[in-house]
This record gives sequence, C-alpha cells and structure tokens, in this order.
Amino acid sequence: MSTWRAQLLTDTPASRNQARLGQFYRGWLQFKRNKLAVLGLLIVLLLIVVAAFAPWIATHDPYAQDLARRLLPPGTQGHWLGTDEFGRDTYSRLVYGARITLMIVVLVAAIAAPIGLLVGTAAGYLGGWVDAVLMRLTDVFLAFPSLILALAFVAALGPGIENAIIAIALTAWPPYARIARAETITIRNSDYIAVARMQGARTARILWAYIMPLCVASLVVRVTLDMAGIILTAAGLGFLGLGAQPPMAEWGAMISAGRRYVLDQWWVATIPGIAIIVVSLAFNLLGDGLRDVLDPRKS
Amino acid sequence: MSATMGGAGALRGARRGGEFVLQVALTLLGLLAVTFFIGRVVPIDPVLAVVGDQAPRDVYEAVRAELGLDQPLWWQFWLYVQKMAVGDFGTSLVTNRPVLDDIARVFPATLELATIATIIGVVLGVPMGIAGAVYQDRWPDQLVRVIGLVGYSVPIFWLGIMGLLVFYGILGWVSGPGRLGVFFEGIVDPVTGVILIDAAIAGEWEVFWNAVSHVVLPAAVLGYFSIAYIARMTRSFMLDQLSQEYVITARAKGLSEARIIWVHALKNISVQLITVIALSYARLLEGAVLTETVFAWPGLGRYLTTALLAADMNAVLGGTLVVGAVFVGLNLLSDALYKLMDPRAR
Repeated sequence: MSTWRAQLLTDTPASRNQARLGQFYRGWLQFKRNKLAVLGLLIVLLLIVVAAFAPWIATHDPYAQDLARRLLPPGTQGHWLGTDEFGRDTYSRLVYGARITLMIVVLVAAIAAPIGLLVGTAAGYLGGWVDAVLMRLTDVFLAFPSLILALAFVAALGPGIENAIIAIALTAWPPYARIARAETITIRNSDYIAVARMQGARTARILWAYIMPLCVASLVVRVTLDMAGIILTAAGLGFLGLGAQPPMAEWGAMISAGRRYVLDQWWVATIPGIAIIVVSLAFNLLGDGLRDVLDPRKS
Repeated sequence: MSATMGGAGALRGARRGGEFVLQVALTLLGLLAVTFFIGRVVPIDPVLAVVGDQAPRDVYEAVRAELGLDQPLWWQFWLYVQKMAVGDFGTSLVTNRPVLDDIARVFPATLELATIATIIGVVLGVPMGIAGAVYQDRWPDQLVRVIGLVGYSVPIFWLGIMGLLVFYGILGWVSGPGRLGVFFEGIVDPVTGVILIDAAIAGEWEVFWNAVSHVVLPAAVLGYFSIAYIARMTRSFMLDQLSQEYVITARAKGLSEARIIWVHALKNISVQLITVIALSYARLLEGAVLTETVFAWPGLGRYLTTALLAADMNAVLGGTLVVGAVFVGLNLLSDALYKLMDPRAR
C-alpha cells in the first residue's frame, strides 16, 4: 500500500482534515465498486463538460436556420444527427440543450434544497406551533402532484424558462423539509447540542453550525435522486410550451416541435428524447450509488 | 362496566371521527389557500390578467372592485372560500361556461384512462413484483429493476409519441389520437361519460371496439409507469414477508411454494398493496396531463393545458383544485382502507 493510501485509511488520523479526507476516500472506494453508479457519474461529468465547452463541441450555430436543408435524416453529410424543421443542426442543438438542462437542475436544487433545509430544521428544532404550522404548509404543497402545481405557478407567472425554474423549485422543497425535520428530531436532544446551548449559542447558530451540516448527507442523496424528476418536469413544461420558449434549444421543446413530423421524419422528436433518457438515467444511477455510500440505512 | 366501556369506545370513535373531519377540512382549506395564493398574489397584477393591458381605466376599476381587490387580503380569502364552498369556480374564458360544468364534462375521460392504466399496472405489476422477490437477483428481479429505472427516466410524452409512431404509424395496430373515430362520434348518448361503458349499455359494439382501439395505447403508456411503481413496491413487500417465520413454518409443514406465495404471503401484503395502488392511481393524474396532450384525449389534463395556453386562470385554478382534492381524497381513502383492513392499525 502506498503511503498516501495508508495515510488516508489510517484509524488514527492526526488532524481533522486528514480524517475528513480519509472518510471521503473510504466512501469513494465503496462507491467505485458500484459499476452502474460510476457510469452514471461519468455521464453526468460528460454533461457538465459538454455544457461548459458547447461552442467548441457543436459543429454548427444552434440557431442558424437553413430552410433548403430542413428535416434531413441522421447520417447526412455535415449533419450526422440530421436537421429540424428550420434546417438547424440537431447535434449542435442537443449540445447547447445540455447547458439549459444543467442550468435548470442546478438552479432548482440551489433554490429548493436551502428552503427545505431551513423549513425542516426550524420545524424540527423549535417544535411546538412553529413545527405544526410549517409541517401543515409542507403537507398542503405535497397534496398536489408536482407537475400540476408547477403548471399553475407558471400560469400565474407567465411562460418562460426562469419562471419554469421558479415554479419547479416551489414544488420541489417539501420532501427536503420532511427529511431535514426527521434528521433534526433525531439529533436535537444530543449532548453536543445541549452543550452548545449552555455555552450560550443562539438558536440561529445552533441550526446553522450544529444541525444543518448533519442533514446535508441525506439531503444530497435525495436531491440527486430528484434530479431526474426535475429534468422530466422541466422537459414536460417545455413540451407543453410553458417552459423554455423558441428558439431556445431545450430538449422538451425540441420533442414538442418534432412531434408534428413524427410519422414521416421520426428522428426529429426521437433524438432529443434519447438525450433526456440518458441524462435522467445517469442521475438515477448516481443517486442510487450515493445513497448506498452516504445513507446505508435506507438502501 | 361494559356499558361504560362501550360509552368510552363510542366517545373515542366520535373523537377520532371529529379529528378526521377536522384534518380533511384543514387540508382542503390549505388547498384553497395555495390556489388563492397562485391566483391573487403571484401575478403582478391580477386585474391585468383578466382585462388585458388595453383596457380603459373604468373597466379596470370595475373589475378590480368585482374581484374584491380593494378589500384586505384576509377578507378576499374569506370571500374566495365562500365561493369555492358552493362550487362556484367562476367562468372559463375559453368555453364561456362555468368551470365546474366543464370539469364535470371532461373528467370521465381522464377517469377512463387512469382506471384502465391502473388495471394494467395491477395485472402486470403485481405478478412481476412477486417474481422479482421470489427469484431475487436472478433475471426476473433484474427485469423489474430495469423497468423501474426506465420508468423513472423516460419522459412520458416521448414514450407516447414513440408509441404512436410504432403502433399507429408503422404497424397500424391501433387508432390514432382522439377518443373515437370521426364516423363514430355522436352515435352513443353519454350516460356515464365513459364511452366504453356507454357503448356497452347501448349495445353499439362497433363503437365500443373503436373506443378500445383508441384507448389501448394511451392507457398502456400510462400503465407502464404504474407497472414500474407497483412492481417495485410489491417486490419489497414480498421480500419482507418471505423472510418471516410463518413462511418457514409453512415450508416445514410441506406446503407447496406456490401456495405459500400466492395464498399466505399475498394475503399479508394485500393491505399495503391497496395503499400503493391508490397512490399510483393518484400519480396517474399527473401523467395524464402530458399523455392527454400527446393523444389529443379530451380529459382534465388537456382541459388544463388548453386553459393554460389561453391564460384562463379560473379554469387553471379550478382544475388544479380538483386534482389536488382528488389526490388528497385518494390518500385519505388509502389511509382509511389501511386502518379498516389491518387489525394492528386499529
């Protein structure tokens, strides 16, 4: 065993950082054994790379129309995935669509997870009427199927990609609040919390520094598992014409546009769908793998 | 002694009933609060949403007063609850009819689709889940896993479009979008609103079979998602049961494996299964919005999306409220069934 491995896997770490790194490394060793989860991780990394370097990876301008070369089948010279109804290159649009998909997923997670964390930890730690009120609120939001609620929000806010993101985030937080609350209840009576309280830590500080860090692991797992659902909901909104607006290269909207030609030019609607499947499958596999490492109780 | 016991029992029953009613009332009030919030608070100016930005000043003021927007917010909410309580969801801008009437007209189509999809889900999903548990980690189990994984990763509208392409466009096995062929419209009088039942009542078998060929594909697409969910849950319930001691006892007594699984274990998971089936039925409402759009199915989902694109807020919020209420109702129903059927939960 090389020295750095020995140092990472030691039972007697010399510093807090060494312990943290060691724990991370052990998790990685366990994660690595799950081949499907590694595949999921690779696809997600690929998505990030494609999104970051889209201008270099794409072969055409995704918005450049060429009506003389519309609805070409895959394998055509110069357009290996064919073209859509305006003669735009399908491959280049898929590449730029990766940016939109990634942006939706990241923004929804960045809005919904903190809301859920705040509501859940506050409800769990404070208890009493705060808990009752916050949890009733959570229940009410859970009482609607998320797509339907997102539809209603978009109807009020107006169609568009930003509003779709806000709408999905507003429907995505309740499960996170539930999870954070459950975690908080199991740890709120721990000795170290009592110590912090007796040392005079304010409630906000206890929540922020002592409780929230312990909720993060299970939240990360849940958010990763939800990413596929977020992608599908966003694609659904795009498909209905309420999410990304034309000419934006959003995968759901691309399927919607290709739908009219599906019986004669099947590839226009089929190809973006495959992109959605691959990415949501990857997030599902990654989430399953992370759950096994971070949250062994629930696997 | 027994009289006082009975009295206490009745009292407890009444108290639990009261709590149940209170819970339902609170949840419904919560649903109303959410739709009220979406309709009156989220839009930048709800009056503009109704009259448009070209409206003259006096029309604007009149609508503002009519909507009660000059009143305090809590009073507006109270008026809103009162209106909703008597079923006044307002008038649809698109159809110019009361929203509640519209919903009553389109709901049977969604119900028809969701019911057939659930039947498909149960008939195929339960045996698949059981096979997955019995042959754990062998191919039936892997199949259940793959179906589940795909079910969580495929956009339902894309699956619908592909289904249309293959089974309607290429193979020609089923009819295309819509609920009935043009030549079959209007032959059968709507009694229940569910065409399959209406046609059977009237004895119009040609209409019946035409309706079947229209419903098969959308129901199968929706049904796939309920198969994925039901099979996965059945598998995990069954695995729990098969490790119980009564199964070992039954085996030791020499009962056939088939009898142990299909009689003893299945009976023990039936209560949990009913809960799952009710939940999957509720989930189908969500899938129905997209499926109905793909298949031009004249149900609640299509009504909602049409209303959305026309910015018809009364119809959108009415539809949302109905879906929410059905969702909550199914959840409560599955809870109640659970308590009724499982002696431990009483």
